[in-house]
Amino acid sequence: MNFQLTEERQMLQDGLRRYLADAVTPEALKADEAEGVAPELWSGLSEMGVAGALFTEEQGGFGGHGFDLMTVFEELGRAGAPAPLVELLLAGGLIAETGSETQLALVEQAVEGAVQLAFAHGEPASRFDIDRIETRAERSGEGWTLSGRKSVVVNGAQADHIVVSARTSGAPGEREGISLFVLPKGTEGVEIRDYPLSQGGHAAEIVFDGATLPEDALLGAEGQAHEAIETAQARATAALCADALGAMETARALTGDYLKTRKQFGQPIGKFQALQHRAADMLIEIEQARSAVINLCGHLEADRDTREIHVSATKHLVGKVARLVAEEAIQMHGGIGMTEEYDLGRFARRLSMLDQRFGDATYHLGRFVRLRAA
Amino acid sequence: MDLNFTEEQKAFRAEVRSFLDEKLPKRLSDKVRLGQRLTKQDYEEWHAILNEKGWLAGNWAKEYGGAGWNAVERHIFEEETTAASAPRIVPFGLAMLGPVLQKFGSEEQQQYWLPRILNGDDWWCQGYSEPGAGSDLASVKTTAERDGDHYVVNGQKTWTTLGQHANMIFCLVRTSKEGKPQEGISFLLIDMDDPGITVRPIVLIDGEPEVNEVFFDNVRVPATNLVGEENKGWTYAKYLLTHERTNIAGVGFANAGLSNLKRIARLEQSGGRPLIEDPLFAAQIAEVEIALMAMATTNLRVVSAAAAGQAPGAESSMLKVKGTVIRQEINALTKVAVGPYAMPFVSEALEAGSNEGPVGPDYAMAATPHYLNNRKLSIYGGSNEVQKTIIAKAILEL
Repeated sequence: MNFQLTEERQMLQDGLRRYLADAVTPEALKADEAEGVAPELWSGLSEMGVAGALFTEEQGGFGGHGFDLMTVFEELGRAGAPAPLVELLLAGGLIAETGSETQLALVEQAVEGAVQLAFAHGEPASRFDIDRIETRAERSGEGWTLSGRKSVVVNGAQADHIVVSARTSGAPGEREGISLFVLPKGTEGVEIRDYPLSQGGHAAEIVFDGATLPEDALLGAEGQAHEAIETAQARATAALCADALGAMETARALTGDYLKTRKQFGQPIGKFQALQHRAADMLIEIEQARSAVINLCGHLEADRDTREIHVSATKHLVGKVARLVAEEAIQMHGGIGMTEEYDLGRFARRLSMLDQRFGDATYHLGRFVRLRAA
Repeated sequence: MDLNFTEEQKAFRAEVRSFLDEKLPKRLSDKVRLGQRLTKQDYEEWHAILNEKGWLAGNWAKEYGGAGWNAVERHIFEEETTAASAPRIVPFGLAMLGPVLQKFGSEEQQQYWLPRILNGDDWWCQGYSEPGAGSDLASVKTTAERDGDHYVVNGQKTWTTLGQHANMIFCLVRTSKEGKPQEGISFLLIDMDDPGITVRPIVLIDGEPEVNEVFFDNVRVPATNLVGEENKGWTYAKYLLTHERTNIAGVGFANAGLSNLKRIARLEQSGGRPLIEDPLFAAQIAEVEIALMAMATTNLRVVSAAAAGQAPGAESSMLKVKGTVIRQEINALTKVAVGPYAMPFVSEALEAGSNEGPVGPDYAMAATPHYLNNRKLSIYGGSNEVQKTIIAKAILEL
């Protein structure tokens, strides 16, 4: 047993924490809200080589393991950094796992920060089910024709390349028959509606209206993408939960400071035992969340069933704690916690939206029951 | 014990329902149902429709132009209007200031201000909280110093809801520093157009400029705008807060929210089936519904007692805590129910008739803004922590 970070990860954590403390400026947040990118922050992170921590050495990175993800994403969450690294992890991970030589070059470029990526998978009716895919790709001549709609594709309009899932056979709800394709930005027959998200960043609705793709747009084996998607989503879930953990730590720190300084009835409100106990509950639950994230990150490379049990256990628990922390932090602040100009708001929103991606706490509770029963 | 409404009450409910069928503009109920923004004109339009019927001020006595309803009738009206997705009645003039003027105002004040509230000549806002006086309201610092026929007001108010629409503000101001903090507070009516007043909007975490800061810099207020006696404002403020709390349970809002949640859970698909058939999610809806059924009866118990002439006391604190927690749970479940489409934040889509439509289904667009915005329910009107302290002291005698 050893719960210490390795020296390398410790250095990464320290460096990232120092850098982000200054780099997440009001300007960066404004740029992200308007355009879905904070250019300076993105190039700063690229210069630090942060993306490399998301990939193994064979993939062109220097990390790629669960605790590398935890280290990076906890710091991004702590700073509330607007940077689409979960998308890089998802789309880049899919390319790294299944890509051809030519396609692998994209991962290299992404690690350098030269291109941005997105993964277009969810659809209006799919909610959180990986296999409920209706978008279809059909062979046509030398290539493929793509038709369907993808919803809430995070970083969709900003990405230089998009990985898209589509059915090449089978029906919605079946594991078999899902394929992946890589499209460059500006592909004809692709319509994109870009919009901001509550938690920061942008997403897009993407409609494929008979978009024509070349033969070599296919990523990995035809019809066999389910396993790769599930694996990539497990890693992205770990990243998102670590991000939430960091955001919770900040929410707790802000609340602690406020309890010590805000005076009502002639004393700091932190002197009231009712609030002391609630702040203590917050701390206890955040430590539970930290352990859950460690559990998942430590089992990302385990066999599929073990890994997925941890995916659902962690997403359930962290989802619940994120809600508690966001709501209690606002409540203990009172009115000031409801305002946009106070820093807590954007962290509360980030935490509130955790449940809306990759499955909410209730969804994963049910999934955990089914996985355990299997 | 009899859980049934009387025949008269049933007839009254039918009358309210047919009135709403006939008079509530669909344009307004559509906005409310979809959670779109209501403009100042929208509220004024609805107020005018109600005023024409004599139903705008349900809690005012008939002699002042009110409907003179008792608590049960007001409750029925509230249930029917929320079920029909009517805009809420803006409470500051009608539910808050009106009763204070009727109880403590001079005859001149009553004759001048009350009709203006009914006719929509004035839009009032509430000047209670200050940066240093939130839960601890008695520590207000905004001062009013007497200077001949005027008071000169200096200081700052905050969390002034819809102050951007208001032309009048009723304020708690400090007129004396002697004695206990509660003893030096007065209740003053101030014209927002007076020189020296600055209003600054505060944007909340749902992106809406719903509340404001109001600054007073040597604002000269006619002494005739003092309500009741100098330094007795705390009594009036408490009276007002009791009135603010009569409908604080928000049963009507909770019922409307629950129906909306169930509708969404029937439309959303999870695992190839309607979300409402997911036993775990359905159980959460059921839990909040069961709590709401009981709370609605607690509310009726308090309402009946009030209709029989008992002033609501610490019971209203119970209703406030339970009512707000239930509504917040419904908001949280609704946000979860809409799934990924709770993430898009397209502010323009909340504007009726905007070119920018919602990203997903129309029922999804307001889920997150409402969830975030209604965190205020457990903070305003005396935070739930303050309510629990009141319960501990007044009922439990701890």
